[in-house]
Amino acid sequence: MQTKIRTKGVARSRSLFDREILAFAAAGSVRKCDPRTQVKNPVMFVVYLGTIVTLVSSLLKPSFFSWAVTVVLAATVLFANFAEAMAEGRGKAQADELRRTRTETSARRLREGVEELVLASELRQGDLVVCEAGDTIPSDGEIVDGVASVDESAITGESAPVIRESGGDRSAVTGGTKVLSDRIVVRIIANPGDTFLDHMIAMVEGADRKKTPNEVALTVLLIALTVIFLPVVVSLEYFAHFSGSGVAVVTLVALLVCLIPTTIGALLSAIGIAGMDRLVQRNVLAMSGRAVEAAGDVSTLLLDKTGTITFGNRMASRFIPVSGASEQEVARLGRLASLADETPEGRSIVVLAKERFGMREFSAEDSFEFIPFSAATRMSGVNFDGQQVRKGAVDAMKRWAQEAGKEIPGELDPTVAEVAKSGSTPLIVGSNGAIIGVIELKDTVKPGIKERFQQLRQVGIRTVMITGDNPLTAAAIALEAGVDDFLAEATPERKLKLIVEEQGDGKLVAMTGDGTNDAPALAQADVGVAMNSGTAAAKEAGNMVDLDSNPTKLIEIVEVGKQLLITRGALTTFSIANDLAKYFAIIPAMFVPIYPQLQALNIMHLHSPASAILSAVIFNALIIVLLIPLALRGVRFHPASAAQVIRRNVFIYGVGGVILPFIGIKLIDMLLTVTRLY
Amino acid sequence: MAFTVEIAILVGALALTWRYFGSYMAAVYEGRVHFLRWLERPIYRMLSVSESSEQSWRRYLFSLLVFSAVSVAVTFAILVTQGYLPLNPQHLGNVTPALAFNTAVSFVTNTDWQNYAGETTMSYLSQMGALAVQNFVSASVGIAVAIAMVRGFSRKGASSIGNFWVDTVRGILYILLPVSVVMTVVFVWQGAPQTFLGPASVHNVLNGVSQVIPRGPVASQEVIKQFGTNGGGFFNANGAHPYENPTGLTNILSIYLILTIPVALTYTFGKMVGSIREGVGILVAMLALFAATFAFTLVAENGGNPAVAAGGITAVHHGNMVGKEARFGTGNSVLYNVTSTETSTGSVNSSADSYTAVGGLGMMAGMMYGEVSPGGVGSGLYTMLIFAVLTVFISGLMVGRTPEYLRKKIQRTEILWASIGVLVMPITVLILTAITVAIPAGRAATLNAGPHGFSEILYAFTSQGNNNGSAFAGLSSNTDFFNIAGAVAMLLGRFGVMVPVLALGGSLAQKEEVPVTAGTFRTATPMFTGLLVGVILLVGALNFFPAVALGPVAEALVHGRFF
Repeated sequence: MQTKIRTKGVARSRSLFDREILAFAAAGSVRKCDPRTQVKNPVMFVVYLGTIVTLVSSLLKPSFFSWAVTVVLAATVLFANFAEAMAEGRGKAQADELRRTRTETSARRLREGVEELVLASELRQGDLVVCEAGDTIPSDGEIVDGVASVDESAITGESAPVIRESGGDRSAVTGGTKVLSDRIVVRIIANPGDTFLDHMIAMVEGADRKKTPNEVALTVLLIALTVIFLPVVVSLEYFAHFSGSGVAVVTLVALLVCLIPTTIGALLSAIGIAGMDRLVQRNVLAMSGRAVEAAGDVSTLLLDKTGTITFGNRMASRFIPVSGASEQEVARLGRLASLADETPEGRSIVVLAKERFGMREFSAEDSFEFIPFSAATRMSGVNFDGQQVRKGAVDAMKRWAQEAGKEIPGELDPTVAEVAKSGSTPLIVGSNGAIIGVIELKDTVKPGIKERFQQLRQVGIRTVMITGDNPLTAAAIALEAGVDDFLAEATPERKLKLIVEEQGDGKLVAMTGDGTNDAPALAQADVGVAMNSGTAAAKEAGNMVDLDSNPTKLIEIVEVGKQLLITRGALTTFSIANDLAKYFAIIPAMFVPIYPQLQALNIMHLHSPASAILSAVIFNALIIVLLIPLALRGVRFHPASAAQVIRRNVFIYGVGGVILPFIGIKLIDMLLTVTRLY
Repeated sequence: MAFTVEIAILVGALALTWRYFGSYMAAVYEGRVHFLRWLERPIYRMLSVSESSEQSWRRYLFSLLVFSAVSVAVTFAILVTQGYLPLNPQHLGNVTPALAFNTAVSFVTNTDWQNYAGETTMSYLSQMGALAVQNFVSASVGIAVAIAMVRGFSRKGASSIGNFWVDTVRGILYILLPVSVVMTVVFVWQGAPQTFLGPASVHNVLNGVSQVIPRGPVASQEVIKQFGTNGGGFFNANGAHPYENPTGLTNILSIYLILTIPVALTYTFGKMVGSIREGVGILVAMLALFAATFAFTLVAENGGNPAVAAGGITAVHHGNMVGKEARFGTGNSVLYNVTSTETSTGSVNSSADSYTAVGGLGMMAGMMYGEVSPGGVGSGLYTMLIFAVLTVFISGLMVGRTPEYLRKKIQRTEILWASIGVLVMPITVLILTAITVAIPAGRAATLNAGPHGFSEILYAFTSQGNNNGSAFAGLSSNTDFFNIAGAVAMLLGRFGVMVPVLALGGSLAQKEEVPVTAGTFRTATPMFTGLLVGVILLVGALNFFPAVALGPVAEALVHGRFF
């Protein structure tokens, strides 16, 4: 999708073939051969045991064939380990980068007004520490006194400093970040080892990764698909005996390994880890895999208007003349009154006048007397040649006109009302007490956001805009942005109530929030994304943290969740569909010695029984390696209706999964034949 | 041409039945049908069941198991003592315990596998008081379980899935009995005997031959045999016997009766879950499998018998007529036998053992993919729904949501039970077949060597493990080993699936509903039906491909051709 917000985040995006990660994964694939590790993956454990069986058989009755099968089966186990280690390696590389920022710092602890120098690791919850320009903040905390600019690039990757101050929603500071100016007193809120950075490292490293509910269910199915093939293969031995002659153990094990869902079994955990990793690359930290999975299931998105749907700063969009003045006149005077106005609104008036009428005759340096905005007058403007030009809020300007004894034009009120109704803010322009027009200041909806909501609607996600505006204004912006619903005059309580209502209908709700008063709603939501700039309470309550503090990210999070589930389903389907071709390779090979006529089932015309069986197990092993990039990157997700998405994926991974192994096995068989291995 | 018209009439009749009988059955199980109230109420009082009190899935299952155990015991008791009991004009002796056990299990599990010849083994009392009773009861139990599972989908946040006793009684009173009574009259009209007079002795003065012709209360037995997808015949020859299946009309009527409930239950299902289209999706999957299997078998049988051709004999009849009745021909024989093997009925009007190898494979295939096309009464629907749950789980992920079916999330518990439900049958069949071919007692029973002999054993356990009861014949199976092994297969095939089905229903009933959005994987679509058929075929093929390769496929290829 468009409007990708990319920052150079903590997660330096790495190539799939990053040498460091490959080396780590290669080592990991051997290390994971420990049976205690293997037993955690039941499907691969069967392959592991099968390899031991063929190894023993090869030792007792050595033959090229049985050794070849043993080697390929061992490779299958290693490839599966490699896939998992590769996914873990990517997380570990990120964790290492984070760890580098966590150098042992000293802290200036404040005890009864006296500063003392201690190690950061000695700090406990509730301690007060002093940080001045140049200091690294020793641990997570909340500013209790002062204001400072802080460099948070170590955590967020964003180099522009942010302001942190005591009180309000911007009081949280994170350990490892650096104070650039001023002095603050911080109350420590985390014990050593329990800080945000610690959590982040553990999270990207996948140290305490638990299987998600869907992963557990899928594992049950994979176990079932493994269990069923045990009697199939064992009974086959007896059937073959009855029919004439038995089948070699090595061949039986080869068949078993080919039939059990090794492809998905080998890649399942890599898919899960890679899903978390893709979020980290977008600078989002999920506190659990469960949250990522829930993101795919979300059916209601609560989006804050400001910052998510609109830019949040109002821009001039229209000059509306009243009492016979021309539009150009309104633009000219409005521009003059804004020349010295450095606020975004003021600048937008100058820009609009230039765009509309090419006005550029005066520059701000010319000798005018500028009247800056003051809270008392709520106006600003300029005096020149005895003329007083002003712009300001509606009631302030009306009062100004009345004081100057000028009549207020009758059409002013309807015009102002119309502007307000459309969700914009009216600004009045006047000269020497006479009101000549209105400037419409519009809260601009982000470009492309409407299309995005349309895409979300296609995948069955309802968007609800949350705003503190009055219902009238909210309705206008909701219409323009194309959201499905809105909550006006929103309070944290109403937000929480809305979430509970939606959940009552069985819907999963995602939201973003940053304030302490958002915490209950964040905790209640199925996917609660806390902004990193927000308070510690908010971060604690949510199950994801967005390091960029960009609420639009919510949409990307949902996409990553869906992508994760699709990848899992696609590879499961592919894995099961593969079995058909393997049967057609192995069954004729097994039974031709008993009934030569069964050669008719060798529809791939594989060279010999041995080459057929070898080709099937080689294909089975290679496909794992070939699919690692897909497992790590994820199947591409195009926002479309469920019917379209499923049609596409069933075609590629279902039908493709049936056909591809026929081709692959045949090619491997040809290769074995050409190279005279068989 | 006549056969095409016949099929068109059958399809038309089934379409009407689907719509109206399906709707009627929903009304029965929702407690809206009361015309036999005077009979229904005393039964509840006798069972001391409160009509309005519902059961959790565990209670439901417990009641079912207790009831089935009692049924086996009572049936067993009647069979082993029939020699002392009335209604035994032929003075038949007591049934041996092993055979009685096998038979009791067979009828209680709706299998109707028969290790005996009815006319020379069972007294009228055994036929009517033991076996026919179970034909009604086991059919009703099957439907009840399906309905209980469907309630799992249609309810939300519920802890109960109905009352076993009420469901079973209603099924018998309002569904099975009325149709059986009416249809029995039709069968009598068509020439099926209904008498207590015992065998008739006929002396032909022209050739001086005296014959004893067995008779009995056949017509009443015949209708429930088909309508309840039981399949156990009064006579050994089953539907090929002119007393069981006197005319072409009774032949097509039998086929219609077999298909009535399994087909119509898909409408009942759709109605109960609030979307007929969901029922249509399931029905189309069933019919697609049925049509494919029928066409496959018909082509094989129309192709003629390779052994006859090899003998240099020019067949007068079209196709392979060995073991088929001239009055039915290949078309009606194949339609009857395929209908019966695809519905876990097991009655036959032609000898399965004499079908071509590929034709035999066609009949076996219908059982191997789990009796779902359309399957037995109730069991067809519930097995199909297990496959639907699996299909949704595998492919549903590919829309980017965790899987859901009929507004219910499919999670660990559901997948666990669904997996067990699908695994029990093939594991039972494969292991018992393997044991049988491995031990002398098993191997000795086959009348043929080579792949055909293997097919005979494989067919026997496939049939019993799927509660079909259809016999390939050619297997001397009235031995202690086969009686016990067969009973084990039938018990596992029945209750090994019912337990997970009820557990699944119970788990689903407790769940809350998930709203349907544009992102939901819709199941009332051709895409889902196609996937469902694909999953069923794939699972069936994966389980049985090796066995089938050594049986019918090898046999056909050894004979030189497949079709």
